[in-house]
Amino acid sequence: MSPLEIVIFLPIVASLAIWLGAPARITSITAALINLLIIGGIALGFDGSKLAPGEFAHVSSRVVLENPAISFAVGIDGMSLILALLTTLVTFAAVWQIVAEKDKVFHIASLLISAGALGAFLSTDIFFLYAFHELALIPTFLMIALHGHGDQATRRAVAWKITVYLGLGSLVLLAGLAALVLNLSEGPTLTFDVTALAHKSASLPAATQAWIFFVLLLGFGTLVSLFPMHSWAAPAYATAPTSVAMLHAGVLKKFGLYGLLRIALPLLPLGAQAQWVQQALLLMLLGNILVMGLVTIHQDRLDDMLANSSVMHMGYIFLGIAAGTELALKGAVVLMFAHGVSIALSFALCGRMRNQLGTLEFDKLGGLATHAPLLTVIFAFAAFASIGLPGLANFAGEVMVFLGTFDSKLWSPEKLNALQWTTILSLWGVVISAVYMLRAYRKIFFGTAASGLYMKDPAFSQRVPLVLLAAVLLIVGCCPGTLLDLIKTAWAAAKVAGL
Amino acid sequence: MNSITPASIVLLLPLFSAFTILLLHKQLKGAAALISIGSSAVCAIVAMIMLGAKDTPFGEPQHILSFIHLTDTINFDINAIIDGQSRGMLFIVTFIGFLVHLYSHGYMKDDEARPRYFGSLSMFMFSMTGIVLADNLVMMFIFWELVGLSSYLLIGHWFEKPSACDAAKKAFLTNRVGDFGFMIGILLLFGLNHGSVEFADLADSFKNGPLHDVKEHHQWVITAAALCIFMGAVGKSAQVPLHVWLPDAMEGPTPVSALIHAATMVAAGVYMLVRVSFLIGASEFAGEVIAGVGGITAIFAALMAVQQNDIKRILAYSTLSQLGYMVMAVGLGAGEAGMFHLYTHAFFKALLFLGSGAVIYACHHEQDIWKMGGLNKQTPATYITFAIGTAALIGVPFVTSGFWSKEGILGAAYEHCKILFAIGAFTAFLTAFYMTRLMIVAFLGKPRTDSASHASDPPLVMVGPLLVLSILSLTSALPIVRERLQAMVPHEHHSDAHWLIVGVSITALVAGVALAFKLYKGKDKDPLNIPLFANKFYVDEFYAGLVKYAQDRLAWIVTGLERIFVDGLIARLPAAIACRIGSAARSLQAGHLQGYTFLLGAGIVLAIYVAVFVLPRIGG
Repeated sequence: MSPLEIVIFLPIVASLAIWLGAPARITSITAALINLLIIGGIALGFDGSKLAPGEFAHVSSRVVLENPAISFAVGIDGMSLILALLTTLVTFAAVWQIVAEKDKVFHIASLLISAGALGAFLSTDIFFLYAFHELALIPTFLMIALHGHGDQATRRAVAWKITVYLGLGSLVLLAGLAALVLNLSEGPTLTFDVTALAHKSASLPAATQAWIFFVLLLGFGTLVSLFPMHSWAAPAYATAPTSVAMLHAGVLKKFGLYGLLRIALPLLPLGAQAQWVQQALLLMLLGNILVMGLVTIHQDRLDDMLANSSVMHMGYIFLGIAAGTELALKGAVVLMFAHGVSIALSFALCGRMRNQLGTLEFDKLGGLATHAPLLTVIFAFAAFASIGLPGLANFAGEVMVFLGTFDSKLWSPEKLNALQWTTILSLWGVVISAVYMLRAYRKIFFGTAASGLYMKDPAFSQRVPLVLLAAVLLIVGCCPGTLLDLIKTAWAAAKVAGL
Repeated sequence: MNSITPASIVLLLPLFSAFTILLLHKQLKGAAALISIGSSAVCAIVAMIMLGAKDTPFGEPQHILSFIHLTDTINFDINAIIDGQSRGMLFIVTFIGFLVHLYSHGYMKDDEARPRYFGSLSMFMFSMTGIVLADNLVMMFIFWELVGLSSYLLIGHWFEKPSACDAAKKAFLTNRVGDFGFMIGILLLFGLNHGSVEFADLADSFKNGPLHDVKEHHQWVITAAALCIFMGAVGKSAQVPLHVWLPDAMEGPTPVSALIHAATMVAAGVYMLVRVSFLIGASEFAGEVIAGVGGITAIFAALMAVQQNDIKRILAYSTLSQLGYMVMAVGLGAGEAGMFHLYTHAFFKALLFLGSGAVIYACHHEQDIWKMGGLNKQTPATYITFAIGTAALIGVPFVTSGFWSKEGILGAAYEHCKILFAIGAFTAFLTAFYMTRLMIVAFLGKPRTDSASHASDPPLVMVGPLLVLSILSLTSALPIVRERLQAMVPHEHHSDAHWLIVGVSITALVAGVALAFKLYKGKDKDPLNIPLFANKFYVDEFYAGLVKYAQDRLAWIVTGLERIFVDGLIARLPAAIACRIGSAARSLQAGHLQGYTFLLGAGIVLAIYVAVFVLPRIGG
């Protein structure tokens, strides 16, 4: 059995065990820790420069169907390794911060989401890649509907909205994937294997590629809250239980981006370059950054603000994808990891504050720094990471994306192209992020404490997930090489760099 | 890291100190201050030793750390340039930094959050050293933002005080606006120079490489890049129109104002512009804009300083005004004169701020000069050193450093642009006027309040730095010190112009001092009342309106539109479908919960169905 299969199925086995009566907290933390260690071990022994573009390590394949050829195939390359690291890390933090013993169902749901995400990131067969993501969505919806915040009617409405949005997004995606498989399979047998599909991609006419790419962009984009298909995301994160918000915003949402990088860009290189597709993508991502940035400024509760900011920051990752140069794409991968960690940390803190303070309205809070210095510092890590302060992980990704759009392959001294103008406009989003984050930080932590509303620093054992995530932000921020070494080879997606 | 070099010690030791304090502040308590002071002392000594050597501009960059390192051509690392410019600046930063650390030991002795204070101070030393050593624009930007962070932390040190938190936030955000431009400029240069943003490389391209030959065609990009990069300096060095954060930054502890908001960080903009002087030299228009902005800042800030009553704010506006001089010099192509003024100003302005700190300390946190008076008798040491600082700032001829460096800038202005020369001379007059006003009101006459009449000189740990800085304020323009600092010597101008400039300087000085004595001698309240100056030309009010109407109102409108159009219309379709499925599910008596699972289960079933039955048939 490949270690990757163990990593995918261990959380499922653990959640079964919990359901059957095993002690919830210990079981889930142990499973999450083992997963983290396995993936960490793979990462330590991983030599990014040994893999050729499009090649996977630790592969294992079990044929499920002959025709169409569907196999349960797993494999790992630098990009999926980074996302698996993100998944196991956030899972560990998320299950650790579930405190009440009775919350068996929280542990089960978190483990199932984690298993689905790992399955999606590690599968090299498009069918399973899709199916695992769908599986991970089920516990997400159920947890929002059953155990979300707010009254029953609200959370049901929110759960319904996200179900419909993501359900439809998945259907569009399915149509796009079906078109892809039909057009790129060689010979009489249809195949779902990513590597096999790549062989024929060069011969597909550009116009067809553009259409399929666009359908995939809409499908995957809906899952990542690409403007204007984003309006499920903010209410969902504000309503979801903390561990679910951490896992969905931090990890599962990255599936759509991963899909674009793994499937759409390498298989449809001409489609990604089609001018109309490119322009549509640029407009949509500007919607994420500028429109959602302003919407975020307008929020007056911490959970709403974080949820909207998470939608906004997806724009920068899409910008990297739109640029398609090696620097920008690698930046996008770093940014996916960084955003995942920073938003998970933000939601972990937000959940803790909601439990202890009973309100998250900025105008009612104040002066928390006096009684909770550690919380203040950790929140600063999350907040400053998300506004792109150098030294924390997000900056490294963002700056690579920005520089990547001005790569010499795209540069013409005569005039700036649409991509570069988009980058310049997106840079204003960096100012906007600072505006809302510092406002929130000022209102919540500084000034004098509001009467009766104060909280203490978490107990020692509860600091583990917070300190862990903050430390990761710092380490990756200071040495982005920790991640970049894993994606040393120009992987298949960077074909687009040949623009 | 390769090996331990002087540059890596100076850069990383403060970082080590900051981290130790962050992690162990509870255990360390008082020792936190000692770690921070110790690290700054070591850095100052190393920087002093480094002053010895001589070498060419840009030198050979020393590798310190890898940052983003993709390939041998695409990489942005943490390297150190060791050349005349960085050695001199490094000495200024570490030496004044050390004195301020020492002074803080006395000034902050009753503050409960001293470990946090000293940790942030170390963090600042790390970031500022990074700017000084930076060998490429991305590294410069990294540390540029990090000094912004340390400044934010230190301005907001007393975070219970609403005005301090607001000032910290304002400083960070105003700088972010500047950095918006800075980043665009970096990107343009990155594109222009085909992926390299190292200073040496860029300078080479401009001098005899590709950018030299094709300059004519790309003039717009070069001008745009220069102006965008300059925007970063406008933010950091608080030039008009982004000057509003600096006076508010005086909410921070006074030693911080001396180090960060007078001597070093705010001068980083000038330092950076001198680093990219090849770029400014390549665009005449950009140079004119830069010089103009500097000149406008110099005179506007001086006018505002005339009507301030808070001792620190007067000095803050004076800093703005002096920074305007430096920026003007850089824009005029006289970067060396700008750097020279940066050095002398760093000493005497740090002296004045630490002196004002001593006054505030002595008067029990009183900052209004009209509530002081008669301090010359109560606090003689502070008085004398403050007077020396004032003399240097207003440029008392021949004996003070400020005279020589200001003269260099006025000389450059005279040579290139007579209007800027007139502005510079008038600013010199205003400077003499407002500083004399400050001296008369705060130090001379009779004490106006109890706290002023009971004031006394602070302890030696605070007076010591004042003495050292006053000596440097007098001597830093002497050739012997100047050569040590490796300040680039301003080129000499014609002797007839030289005497004209000296004459104008002295006239402005005498007129300013005389007018101040005539107006303020023996007065208990301000005889002048110019609301426009006192209210800082209403720029803050204008920005407050801009934020309220252009930003918050816009955010409100956009949020509304987003709700109506995106959520209302675009979501209409899925919602309609949802209703259908929802009612179908309800008709099965299943309720919502089953609805979700149904829909999702349906998704997977559909996927299997499509994969197994539909696709093979279409695929044939």
